[in-house]
Amino acid sequence: MADVIEVGAARGDAPPPAAKAARRAASAGRTRRATPYLFLAPYLVLFGVFGLLPIILGVWLSVHQWDFQLPNRPFVGLDNYKELFSSDSAVYGDWWESVRATAIFTVLSVPLLVVVPLGLALLLNRSFPGRTFFRAVYFAPYVLGVAVIGLLWRFLLDANLGLVNRLLGVVGLPSDTPWVTNMPWAWISLVGVTVWWTSGFNAVIYLAGLQDISPELYEAARMDGANAWQRFRSVTLPGLRPVLLFVITTTVLASANMFGQSFLITQGTPGTETRTVVWFIVEEGLRDNDAGRAAAMSIVFALMLAVVSLANFRLFRYKED
Amino acid sequence: MTTPTPTTGGSASGLRRVGLYTTLVVLALIFLVPLLWMVITSLKTYTAAQQIPPSWLPNPLAGYGYEQVINNSANPVLRWFLNSMVAATLHSLLVLVTASMAAYSLARLRFRGRGVTFALIVGTLFIPPTSLIVPNFLIVDQLNWIDTLAVIVVPGAASAFGVFFLRQFFLSLPDELEEAATLDGANQWQIFVKVVLPLSKPALATLAVLSFLTNWNDFLWPIFVLFSPEKLTLPPGLGLLQGSYVTDYPVIMAGAVLASLPVLILFVLAQRHIIQGVSRSGLKG
Repeated sequence: MADVIEVGAARGDAPPPAAKAARRAASAGRTRRATPYLFLAPYLVLFGVFGLLPIILGVWLSVHQWDFQLPNRPFVGLDNYKELFSSDSAVYGDWWESVRATAIFTVLSVPLLVVVPLGLALLLNRSFPGRTFFRAVYFAPYVLGVAVIGLLWRFLLDANLGLVNRLLGVVGLPSDTPWVTNMPWAWISLVGVTVWWTSGFNAVIYLAGLQDISPELYEAARMDGANAWQRFRSVTLPGLRPVLLFVITTTVLASANMFGQSFLITQGTPGTETRTVVWFIVEEGLRDNDAGRAAAMSIVFALMLAVVSLANFRLFRYKED
Repeated sequence: MTTPTPTTGGSASGLRRVGLYTTLVVLALIFLVPLLWMVITSLKTYTAAQQIPPSWLPNPLAGYGYEQVINNSANPVLRWFLNSMVAATLHSLLVLVTASMAAYSLARLRFRGRGVTFALIVGTLFIPPTSLIVPNFLIVDQLNWIDTLAVIVVPGAASAFGVFFLRQFFLSLPDELEEAATLDGANQWQIFVKVVLPLSKPALATLAVLSFLTNWNDFLWPIFVLFSPEKLTLPPGLGLLQGSYVTDYPVIMAGAVLASLPVLILFVLAQRHIIQGVSRSGLKG
């Protein structure tokens, strides 16, 4: 009986009628108590093996020297972590170069991925014939995978054969920009492609948020004589705050996890300057056979991201006060 | 961007309409021309693709890229296509079955440990999946799953997002339906299959499509767990294709078109579901 009432309460509903409670209590038996767990079981098996176990295993790996080719995997304490922070270790230079690459990409791409989609969403939030069509067109690149996007843009950005330089030439701009092989062009390309690829996704999230803002607020602002910019500042932005927090947090995470674009488009060039953390971790762990060190890197990386996400939440809470 | 000044008359609003559509069309071209260029190039001959300045129409229209892609046994693109299709389909089925059952239990049944279980599942949403790739590799290695279909289908199916998404939907269903079914003598399994699932078709379809897309497009995981050329899925296969045809763009673009077609078709068919699913998961997530 108590059980049934709590279900209702947890869902925010009124407690179910007494008749129902009595009926349920009457039929409650051993099988009945097992039912919820039976429903959960298939998922929990998957979740245990591929969701929880990797976390535990990751921590365990990070304190061992785990070389795929060696039979012994001795406990090394925090050595794998220390290596990442001491400048005389072999891995130090490459590791921090990859952190730097990831940071550069994130810092360059996030503002654009927050602002450009907002512009698109504001545009698409007006009512006009064909709105659904344009919304679909702007979203379309997002459904393609990074493998297709990578190959396509490697071709489009090719210095000689690529469409980008050709079109620039047609309008009288320099037509020999080394988009994927030189700095700063490599970063411009990676950021540009990512904005093209994923803006539609963020725009859709903004659109949903915009539709939740009450039209009366705009009406009131208009009555007070607010112009378009003032309405944007005082109605749209505050109304979008939770959505903005979501967009910024998920975009930071997505950008920090960038791998495919630089792997396929710039191929890490020039040198290894555009090799990101994720790329470096998988290379270290699987190609260079040091799973322990790679696990330590993963944990340091995940902690860095946690700090950044937390800072986001903080920042937004202060703004609200 | 158009300037949203107050409407003063018919001509002004007409002008604004022109501005609006010009912006929309220019943006649409930016989003579509690269995709069109992929299709156009895939229909060119090798020489035509090297031509400067390039022609906008594939003249002569050539099946060369597709022939190379389909007939080359060193790069069995059709095989990769089939592998991707089977893997993505099985993967989304597995997500649907396991996540919907778990979500039903968490949303509509009462049991000891429910809160903790749900918190644990949602908690893992905040761990970047890429940081688990090395331990996950060791696990599938222990299972002897490297270079098999299972390695693409199963590990990613432990979808915390799927459980969370469906649970939110199931919570919104009215209690009365369940009560009526119970009066008719239905057990929990019957309620789940005959009442809850049919009412949740939109949410299930959304999750199915999103899972399919994710699996079809996955790149990082397959390149580390698949090795034999005939076992690859399309994304790592395309990388191989680029390696063998370096600058033969009609062939590479033909491969890219083949990899894009299913997801673009799926997008056109399920556009509303996908876009709604994305916005819902964004806001309520």
